[in-house]
Amino acid sequence: MTDPLNVCREKQGLFDGPDSPRSVGWTTPQRVVLADQSCPLPLDCGVDFFPVTVEYETYGNFSEAKDNAVFLLHALSGDAHIAGWDADWEKDKRPWRRDRPGWWDQMVGPGKAFNTDLYYVVCANLLGSCYGTTGPWENNPLTGKPYGLDFPVVTVQDWVRLQVRLQDYLGIDKLLAVAGGSLGGQQALAWAMNYPERVRSAIIMAASARLSAQGLAFNAVGRQAIMNDPCFQNGNYYDGKPPANGLELARMLGHITYLSYKSMEGKFGRRYENGSQPGYHLDKEFSVESYLEYQGRAFVRRFDANSYLYLTRAMDYFDAASAFRGNLAAACAEIDAKLLLLSFSSDWLYPPRDTREIAKAMLANNKSVTYVELLSDYGHDAFLLETDRTTPMISSFLGKV
Amino acid sequence: MQKRTRWDHDLIFDLIPAGSSVLDLGCGNGELLARLVEEKQVRGQAVEADPDQVMAAIHNGVAVYQGDLDRGLAEFNSKSFDYVVVEKTLQALRRPLFVLEEILRVGEVCIVSFPNFSYHEVVKMLVETGRMPVSASLPYQWHDTPNIHLFTLLDFLDWVEKQEVTVVSGYAWGAFGYRNLVLPEDITGAEELLFVMRQTPEHDARS
Repeated sequence: MTDPLNVCREKQGLFDGPDSPRSVGWTTPQRVVLADQSCPLPLDCGVDFFPVTVEYETYGNFSEAKDNAVFLLHALSGDAHIAGWDADWEKDKRPWRRDRPGWWDQMVGPGKAFNTDLYYVVCANLLGSCYGTTGPWENNPLTGKPYGLDFPVVTVQDWVRLQVRLQDYLGIDKLLAVAGGSLGGQQALAWAMNYPERVRSAIIMAASARLSAQGLAFNAVGRQAIMNDPCFQNGNYYDGKPPANGLELARMLGHITYLSYKSMEGKFGRRYENGSQPGYHLDKEFSVESYLEYQGRAFVRRFDANSYLYLTRAMDYFDAASAFRGNLAAACAEIDAKLLLLSFSSDWLYPPRDTREIAKAMLANNKSVTYVELLSDYGHDAFLLETDRTTPMISSFLGKV
Repeated sequence: MQKRTRWDHDLIFDLIPAGSSVLDLGCGNGELLARLVEEKQVRGQAVEADPDQVMAAIHNGVAVYQGDLDRGLAEFNSKSFDYVVVEKTLQALRRPLFVLEEILRVGEVCIVSFPNFSYHEVVKMLVETGRMPVSASLPYQWHDTPNIHLFTLLDFLDWVEKQEVTVVSGYAWGAFGYRNLVLPEDITGAEELLFVMRQTPEHDARS
């Protein structure tokens, strides 16, 4: 998805400041070791992996009945800092968090969709990402050097397996809900399929049971951009210059897939960056070129190229029906959770027809399901931007779980 | 007296036994199904095309699938619901007969209600004013009505005749409130109609 904060800022103008009654206020990341030598994390690739540290944040209070916990699941470029203002940005060297709240701040806070007055909201950074949870940037204890490409290939199911450990660590028997958009929505689906006894509902936004061939293709080109950068050095770039050009290109490409024909026309049209005439040169001319470059450069300052490779690969591999010979209905047979599926009409990365397949699979099992297709011009980013319309649906749904 | 627009709503609520499974097609704001789920513990699924109504149904706590009935019910297994409900929706569909066939496939019992276009007040308005009738059952102007396939009691009974359909019961709503269908009086005496029907067993055996 697009850097959510940039798009939200464009749309909404201002954030809720740390003192706003609608903000969760100042937050501090927590870290916990959830896999060690005595209890490694079994990965789909066959590796028993350790050590694993997980960075997570929590908001709101865990009820005495322990029945109000919600796991929010982040997407490709996200982190555990989902709402509020990071009190530790300086200590953790995350300057991009200085001027802006967490990436889903519009949705998480007092009175918001995920109402922190009612719910205990938890978000953890993904394994292989670069925001505090173990990833390829971290030192491999066996070599004393960063893992780089020695990091094992991880999957959506691996992530959920690790999140289950966090659930146990936090003493949550059954989650009220798991929720996420895009790659986060796929984790929510995996949760509902693989751990029916642990989750009462799942909110799946702008996601499907599997990425399309078109989506695979975009990810492949993005990875090629990174791996073909001379600075990539087979992933061992942590001592020198990172493959910034490659990552920037990958991000620019990804960005195109998060927007829509209409949103790009509306936002940029054929506007020139300077003036209104061709300058007859090959540098940046059009607004859309500068925008993509800006987004690419901002991303490079806060993201690790190896993490990008691993997370897009997990996105590629996810196929909810793969263990059932492609039969999604069979894969959904064990789901006990109530599902809320939200799709967006102009999303062509995870188009409504693909989200609808999950709904059909539930109905094929004679299970009830809620499936909504929202008319929106925002493309895949709609799940971040259409908060005015998704908020009442999510809060009503959560209130009736 | 019951509110005119609610009589079928209340009747359907009474007709459906507790603990059944119910598919409500064109559920509107989902009020009926929400009541059935809450008070009669039914397993409920709604289908609705209108985005605002979908949102209202979610607000009422109903599981609602946003979809177009005219495309049929391919998502639903045969005989997967005890009851399929189509409340005052048939007349607004592009393919009402196809949808009727589909609901008979999916439901053990089907309940449909619709406005009767041969109701004498409607006919009178049409004849006396020379303009499209506007009434409580047909509360639209000719240009903004969603009702594209208005029909009468006899039209419906003609269809029943040609199908392998067993009518379990029929009800009429009119100046008298509601009652079991009376023929021929209700051809023009009924403002709205409600039928409970099922596929005839021979049809079940063949399919």
